[in-house]
Amino acid sequence: MNRPASSLRAGALADLDGLRRRHPAAFRTPPGRRLAVAVTLAAVVGLAILAMVRLDFSLMRLLDGVGRLGDFAVLMLPPSPHGQFWTFLRALGETLGIAFLGTLAASVLALPVAFLAARNVVPNPFLRFGVRRGFDVIRSVDVLIWALIWINVVGLGPFAGALAIACSDVGGLGKLFSEAIETADRKPQDGVASAGGSALHRVRFGLLPGVLPVLTSQMLYFFESNTRSATIIGIVGAGGIGQYLTELIRVLELQQVAFLVLMILVTVAVIDLISGRIRRAIIGPAAH
Amino acid sequence: MAVRIEPVRIEPVRIEPLAPERAAALAGAYEGAVAASRRRSLAILVALLALVLLAGWLAEVRPLTLAENIGGFTAYLGRLVPPLAPATLPADLAAWYWGLPKWLALLGETLLMAYLATLLGGIGAFCLCFVAAANLAPSRSLRFLARRFLEVCRTVPEVVFALIFVIAFGLGPMVGVLALAIHSVGALGKLFSEVVENIDLKPVEGLRATGASWVETIRFAVVPQVLSNFASYGLLRFEINVRGASVMGFVGAGGIGQELLVAIRNFYNADVSAILLMIILTVVAIDLATERLRHAILGREAAR
Repeated sequence: MNRPASSLRAGALADLDGLRRRHPAAFRTPPGRRLAVAVTLAAVVGLAILAMVRLDFSLMRLLDGVGRLGDFAVLMLPPSPHGQFWTFLRALGETLGIAFLGTLAASVLALPVAFLAARNVVPNPFLRFGVRRGFDVIRSVDVLIWALIWINVVGLGPFAGALAIACSDVGGLGKLFSEAIETADRKPQDGVASAGGSALHRVRFGLLPGVLPVLTSQMLYFFESNTRSATIIGIVGAGGIGQYLTELIRVLELQQVAFLVLMILVTVAVIDLISGRIRRAIIGPAAH
Repeated sequence: MAVRIEPVRIEPVRIEPLAPERAAALAGAYEGAVAASRRRSLAILVALLALVLLAGWLAEVRPLTLAENIGGFTAYLGRLVPPLAPATLPADLAAWYWGLPKWLALLGETLLMAYLATLLGGIGAFCLCFVAAANLAPSRSLRFLARRFLEVCRTVPEVVFALIFVIAFGLGPMVGVLALAIHSVGALGKLFSEVVENIDLKPVEGLRATGASWVETIRFAVVPQVLSNFASYGLLRFEINVRGASVMGFVGAGGIGQELLVAIRNFYNADVSAILLMIILTVVAIDLATERLRHAILGREAAR
């Protein structure tokens, strides 16, 4: 941006005192507001300093670590699979499989329950409240914790990972689904009801056609974010590319690590691109 | 001025019955349209089924194992809850939460990690978002670089950063903070720059006309417009980071995760449920509180 040679600015600066006198309000911040800003800033900074002290932040460690990270960056070049490309690709496929199945299972589980949490389908506030809080509870447990729990049930491997993703997403998808259902247009449902349709007919023919595109688009969003989650659940032994990533980082095979990270970046970009296309095709560009 | 409304006379319309061949053609077209939509649904269903089978093969899904062990899941959840008898409730609770002081301290550490990471990430994102926004970027190449950087920051999961940082910086909560902060820079940077791209450009033009520099334009024309949205996104991120910080301990990066990992791996069932319950309550409380706060911030902005 080039700065225009402005006579306005020069004139204003020359007459600054006059402007100050004529428009005092524009130059003054009310003291109450200034105090509020100062107190807020002090609280934020004070808490940050407390956190740094409690969490053992030290400049020496930070600088040492940054130096070592620089060494790592050099060691990462050039990224290379060292002949394990097909193993990695297979693990990447496993990762995508986990994300896909997890998202699908979560959607299938969340859809019927989401109807229970929607105001316009179930008028009972207690049931609705219970289902909503249930979603919140499920949502607040991280996917890695779910993975550990499922490993205890079905053993190590990608299946536990898919189940973990399914579980942790039921909460988030259920919440979004129920909100989508609540904002749906009432009129088609009234139409079906006035033509003598039952409650089930109303949902199937009046509600579902309207909300299905929105729900699909949300599922695709979750699939995108799950491809990222699925890359890490291998860290606790629940399959996918994360297993190799953890092992290779532990033994400092940094060229392979860099290659794996690149593979993940490319895959996530491709998935985002494809799902963005599908989303636009489903709900139209106007909705973005 | 008075408006004179002409009375309109509606002619009664008689609908002529359709000629049979015309009716047949329309009915045929309708059948065709319905069949086409059925075919499309069927095709989508088949494609989905194929994908499910492929994904199931890749993810080694064993429905039989699941069917066998699904009882194990509920039994496991049942085992997690320790025996609580009404007669000896206080003693039972005390035994259940035997490690309460230690766990509370760790939970506090987790919250501080999330707070610091959100703050540092927010500052980083704030610095980068104006460069990455299409309407304000000082140069195209700078904008391209900023965007790619943000993309890498948010695509690489925070646990991966944590794994690498643990080796570089040594074990401890500082690593968790740094990992979460870098991820937050990426995620918040994208959201922030989208907010910036949607601002009203008139104040910007006004400041430019007075010859203000780029930084001055940002400070006085852009920041007042975007600050409340930034705060709202920051609060949202804080909630996500609390969840993320709760598992940082899995890789030795501080917080309550380490205790939880040890408890789950060693089948200390009562400890697992005690810690999980604490995490759930904390996250749900923070979720509710930040949502309130966000509505308050955005509502005040809308009321102005």
